[in-house]
Amino acid sequence: MKKILVRKNAYYDSVFLMLATKALKQRPGIKEAVVAMGTEVNLGLLKEIGLFSGETESAKPNDLVIAIEGETEEAVEEACRIAEEALKKRSHGGGGEKEEYRPVSLEGALKIIPEANLVVISVPGMYAAREARRALNKGLHVMLFSDHVSVEEEVELKETAVERGLLMMGPDCGTAILNGKPLCFANVVRRGPIGLVAASGSGLQEVSCCIDRMGGGISQAIGTGGRDLQDQRVRGRMMLMGIEALKHDPETRVIVVISKPPAEELAAKVLSKLEDTGKPCVVHFLGPKALGRRGSVRFSGNMEEAAAMAVALSRGEEYHRSCLSLSEAEASRVAEAEVNRMASEQRYVRGLFAGGTLAIEAMVLFEEEGFKILSNVRKEPGRVLKSPHRSEGHAIVDLGDDVFTLGRPHPMIDPSLREERIAKEAADPETALLLLDVVLGYGAHEDPCGALAESVSKAKGQVAGRGGYLSIIASITGTEKDFQNMAEQKKKLESAGCLVMPSNYQASVLALHVMRKVASKWM
Amino acid sequence: MDVKKIRELFSKELVVINMGLESFADNLRKEDVKVLPMDWKPPAGGNKRLIALLEKLGR
Repeated sequence: MKKILVRKNAYYDSVFLMLATKALKQRPGIKEAVVAMGTEVNLGLLKEIGLFSGETESAKPNDLVIAIEGETEEAVEEACRIAEEALKKRSHGGGGEKEEYRPVSLEGALKIIPEANLVVISVPGMYAAREARRALNKGLHVMLFSDHVSVEEEVELKETAVERGLLMMGPDCGTAILNGKPLCFANVVRRGPIGLVAASGSGLQEVSCCIDRMGGGISQAIGTGGRDLQDQRVRGRMMLMGIEALKHDPETRVIVVISKPPAEELAAKVLSKLEDTGKPCVVHFLGPKALGRRGSVRFSGNMEEAAAMAVALSRGEEYHRSCLSLSEAEASRVAEAEVNRMASEQRYVRGLFAGGTLAIEAMVLFEEEGFKILSNVRKEPGRVLKSPHRSEGHAIVDLGDDVFTLGRPHPMIDPSLREERIAKEAADPETALLLLDVVLGYGAHEDPCGALAESVSKAKGQVAGRGGYLSIIASITGTEKDFQNMAEQKKKLESAGCLVMPSNYQASVLALHVMRKVASKWM
Repeated sequence: MDVKKIRELFSKELVVINMGLESFADNLRKEDVKVLPMDWKPPAGGNKRLIALLEKLGR
């Protein structure tokens, strides 16, 4: 039994539709369900799964398609009714709030709130640059969450922004904190004297949360989008602009820069710019270690250390001590206990990450210790996973990569992708250790550790059933002020048998202790 | 590099126009940010040719 409905001129955002689709699929008696806009890609997908009718043929990107296949007519009708109800509720103000007028154009919006100073844009990529351009031309700062925007468009937008003295954060900028307010995927952190500019979303979240945990605070945290320092054509325009803004911001006393390793020429520019601020600065470029100091700029070895250095500098102190919560000896003892329970064939680490930069931080650490890691975030021959969907050897996977998120929500929003992957890893008798990240804050799932704890318990049970032991080490990027409740989230993971460390770096270090001991058994 | 407008932004309350994912506007409201969500739809019904034409006309 199939039912396909097309609602003309009814537009809904992709995250809402993906979550609605997931909820329908989980209903009893439902075999397949799709609630999506009538874009070419979606119509192609509907054809592929056999949920296509004459009516869908004429559907346009502004038309909503509800396609459901179920075992009985009743199940399908009930699912359709529920879908329509959810859509109606959404179009009337997002659930219970009083209905408000929503302008269809930026011009209309500015008539209602002429004092607007920022536009947050998260429309599909093919329309995103157009909307950002219009906002900049109206003198508004822009946070562009959307991805799939071309480099040429990015360059053009950032050139316009620099000319006009505006922020152009993104494309693909997932997080920022302006004036103490978290934007898109961001955590609630204390305000304070540390300013951040980051070309990495999960990097910005990790460092700002570590700063908060250490008692420091954030003045402004500016996201630039990942390509800002990676692509020569973008030339670090927003990174340099962000540093300049923090230089002149009286609230900012220390500046922190986080990025994946930039092109050499761009790195030099950033460092000169930082020196020119006259403020103490901390830089963390993920990748091969660049430690030490250049004038007023200190280099950190990992993201947690960047936070610790910044907090010390903001207090007028120098950073001297390591921030590890477990000593070498303690970590070694914990690792020993984990490894002693494993079966003889268990030998590989499997990192399953929602945060791309967190995955890279773990990978860099393991590689420095001589582990050969395969990953979907690598490009070097011999280091790329043959299939991102299947781990082999030591593997670290960024589950937020496009290959996993086409047509389904990011794993920070919907934990089911990682749940499926945990089950796969547990079924592999050679898996010794799972290394995980959890990101809290706005935008993220309401109970990520609760969801994860269930699949972790199952996985541990499965491995124990065949006489082994699955070691699981995790970290939680979040603060006590995030709505998910950090303490409760941690408790849920610990109750499921996970070792929870205070940062991604420390989780990776403990994982390394375990894997060194595992490796020594195989020598 | 003139950052006067950014300094101005840093010294004022954020006032946001949200175009796209509804949840971003909901979350900003929880943080007491003044936010106006737009009823955004693909321009020209998502017709690529028409969009390109509108761009040329500066609309």
